Amino acid sequence: MFEIGLSHYLTVAAILFTLGVFGIFLNRKNVIIIMMSIELMLLAVNLNLVAFSSFLNDLVGQVFAMFILTVAAAEAAIGLAIVVVFFRNRGTIAVEEISQLKG
Amino acid sequence: MFAALIFYMFAGLTVASGVAVISARNPVHSVLFLILCFFNAAGLFLLLGAEFLAMVLVVVYVGAVAVLFLFVVMMLDINVVKLREGFLQYLPTGALIGLVLLLELTVVFAGWAFAPDVEALVAAPAPTADVASNTEALGRLLYTTYAYLFQASGVILLVAMVGTILLTLRVRAGGRKQKIADQVARRAADTLEIRKVPTGGGI
Repeated sequence: MFEIGLSHYLTVAAILFTLGVFGIFLNRKNVIIIMMSIELMLLAVNLNLVAFSSFLNDLVGQVFAMFILTVAAAEAAIGLAIVVVFFRNRGTIAVEEISQLKG
Repeated sequence: MFAALIFYMFAGLTVASGVAVISARNPVHSVLFLILCFFNAAGLFLLLGAEFLAMVLVVVYVGAVAVLFLFVVMMLDINVVKLREGFLQYLPTGALIGLVLLLELTVVFAGWAFAPDVEALVAAPAPTADVASNTEALGRLLYTTYAYLFQASGVILLVAMVGTILLTLRVRAGGRKQKIADQVARRAADTLEIRKVPTGGGI
């Protein structure tokens, strides 16, 4: 209980990842909250990588966590830009309104 | 004992603010809880000894990404009440899938063990603190073995930046813009004319 091991960190990451998935289902309409849920899931993955890196004494995990951080930042920037453009054109960000590409 | 308490504080706050992110009524509150979540995750990183990543998490995620979210949420005039309609409609499905996912992850964690030769498989052993700090070791690794990947991530950021600017740049019709080339090419003969004005006559 008082000895913090790898499994403690993995549990926290698993709960965080599940919260991210759950958030996507719960907020089916709001794109911005869906993107925040994706950020939560990426954070959980990063926590996993850093925990393994720390407990295995291998630095590569932290390098990869940094690359994930980079990609997550790029994804957030592009996604939010798309949301802004969509809102400018349609005046809403509800997910069900985004159906123009549907045949 | 003390380290365990610190861990439970950070972990509990991370999970609690994660719950608040997905269940907050107001998207602005969601973003603020996301920031709290990132801060506590940075605390967990610190406990794991990854101090550089902890600081990067605070600077990049809290300072850039979360503030970008906050900016967009506040800039868009979102009808929150309309977006909240049917909030509970997907709760059973979401809860079911979340539960299944959590159970699967638990099963994986329960039946999982390190490989027997794990010590031999370590690709880049982390140096002890008296040899090199975490930041220094990470930098050495990043600029040597992973230099190409580092460059590639820079290209990804550049593409993201160009894409974002291209998407959101809007040239308004009828706007007044400075044409520097025209200004420089202008000569006195084009604009000035000297006339002889007779007294009392006017032009």
